[in-house]
Amino acid sequence: MLQPQNGTYNPPTLNHPAIKVEDLTVAYHDKPALWDIDLLVPQGVLLAIVGPNGAGKTTLIKAMLGLLKPVAGSVEVFGRPYKEQRKLLAYVPQRRSVDWDFPTNVLDVVLMGRYGALGWFKRPGKQDRELAREALKKVGMEDFARRQISELSGGQQQRVFLARALVQDAQVYLMDEPFQGVDATTERTIVKLLQELRAAGKTVVVVHHDLQTVTDYFDWVMLLNVRKIASGPVGEMFTEENLRLAYGGRVAFLHARPKEAEERIKGEGRRIKDEG
Amino acid sequence: MSTAQLEIQLVAAVVAVACSLPGVFLILRRMAMMSDAISHAILFGIVLAFFVVEDITSPFLVVGAALTGVLTVSLVEALHRTRLVKADAAIGLVFPVLFSIGVILIARYAGNVHLDIDAVLLGELAFAPFNRFVVAGYDLGPISFYVMGGILLLNILFIALFYKELKLASFDAGLAAAIGFSPTLIHYALMTQVSLTAVGAFDAVGSILVVALMVAPPAAAYLLTDRLSRMLLISAGVGIASAIGGYWTANLFDVNIAGSMASMAGLIFLLVYLTAPGRGLIAVARRNLHQRWEFAQRMLAVHLLHHQGLPEAQQECHVHSVHEHLNWEQEFARRVARLAEKEGLIYQERGLLLLTGKGRDLAEEAMLY
Repeated sequence: MLQPQNGTYNPPTLNHPAIKVEDLTVAYHDKPALWDIDLLVPQGVLLAIVGPNGAGKTTLIKAMLGLLKPVAGSVEVFGRPYKEQRKLLAYVPQRRSVDWDFPTNVLDVVLMGRYGALGWFKRPGKQDRELAREALKKVGMEDFARRQISELSGGQQQRVFLARALVQDAQVYLMDEPFQGVDATTERTIVKLLQELRAAGKTVVVVHHDLQTVTDYFDWVMLLNVRKIASGPVGEMFTEENLRLAYGGRVAFLHARPKEAEERIKGEGRRIKDEG
Repeated sequence: MSTAQLEIQLVAAVVAVACSLPGVFLILRRMAMMSDAISHAILFGIVLAFFVVEDITSPFLVVGAALTGVLTVSLVEALHRTRLVKADAAIGLVFPVLFSIGVILIARYAGNVHLDIDAVLLGELAFAPFNRFVVAGYDLGPISFYVMGGILLLNILFIALFYKELKLASFDAGLAAAIGFSPTLIHYALMTQVSLTAVGAFDAVGSILVVALMVAPPAAAYLLTDRLSRMLLISAGVGIASAIGGYWTANLFDVNIAGSMASMAGLIFLLVYLTAPGRGLIAVARRNLHQRWEFAQRMLAVHLLHHQGLPEAQQECHVHSVHEHLNWEQEFARRVARLAEKEGLIYQERGLLLLTGKGRDLAEEAMLY
């Protein structure tokens, strides 16, 4: 069931979910950040987690990765607890979560994605370096391998993080706001990458903040605001009704954009989709 | 140079390198002040262990002190976790308590033992050659050399074995945790290492120099390189330079060696801070100055492009009046024009400033942004 599907499209099924979140509650002190979340992520979907600020999107991803201890509930990855399935998951943290002045270069950061496979003590070798270079190529950063990371733009930083996740060669990719503040080239690269990952049968969970692009970039969606509002195929669940439930009255901005800009964005999204 | 002098320098250099290596990770993890906390708080552990074993040379003193170092770190973190105190305040609250209890205990109960308070703060490197390591009648050198040498080896071994884990946990603790390298474990391993180093160095150079040697060399190295491995090497080099330089300065002015080493470390840092290529204060100032003149030339070029060939050009672009239109000092405008002419961006014709092809390109490109 973990075999890549080689582009043949099997509709997502909930029988053997990639991730199963059950009755998950996470709290900071006595303030719940997530209340009793149930979520099934089918294999091979591109899932967008959307919700207002403070809805617990990052918290949910971190709980899936075992980085936060829930006060109640459980997370299973391919039917087993996360701890036993670590190697099946790759994590792309928020770009701003690390210090980009750290004395290291791009290739080195990408190589960090191999550390999990290497285990303790072992140092990355020639093969790991090759994998890292390949991944850099996939995100269009092959010329930056020796570049000091402090010299990168925001979008380039994001692409380095994606390359680092790619070399983990996982089954499930968890990405925290990869589209946050990136340039158009990077946005296109990420979307193309998402398509490629799905074509290879991987499951991708993305914390996303741009409601305009959800329908173009993703096929599965979860609306979250501390509680789960809805989850399922974008076509069924990404409705105005659900958005209003998740965002309260603030959903108006969905339509506030000038028509022209919206058209342009949609067009771009579609073009990217076609390329991928 | 006498054997004693050589021995003191050797011990000083070993102490310096032993401190500067874990110091690199403290700096990168923004925990430099933790060295201050640990190096002071361990006094409490030394004194307590002394009361238990009643022997100032016992290795249990080292164990007790190292444990106190780790205890300090966990107390600071526990206090910070309550979210009632910020991290820096937590450090400032915990270690003076432990340190002062140590000081009071010494003053009250151990006044006649070699645990005096001056030695605690500044150590006494000059006495290093007096405590010999003698095996079966053979004199193998000062004991402190072996103690610190052992700690240095331990530090090198620790960093060599866990280089990739230390790097990952320092750069991205989230990923480290996600792929199964517990950042907490690595953190406490590093803190144990820092504590051990501080205990060993404490005896030789006192608690203030420990801080100086853990912070100044790595901070200087940070400004000199973009690679972690080189940062470790440069840091060790700066440590050795501080040790040797400090020793001879102390010799020259007949002052405390440890204090002199700490000053030397600070001085080297200052030098690097000012002159480091690319990142030093001077390099940054020069770059800013250069950018200022370059930008002025670009502004001039854009101005000329707007008015060139138009009837008002006689006023707007004339060498004598252009500064009025740009609202610049006349001297400044002249200098910018001279620089631009030298760069081949403009030329003069009967007092009129005109753009060359290159200047026109520059102005047009400048306006695209």
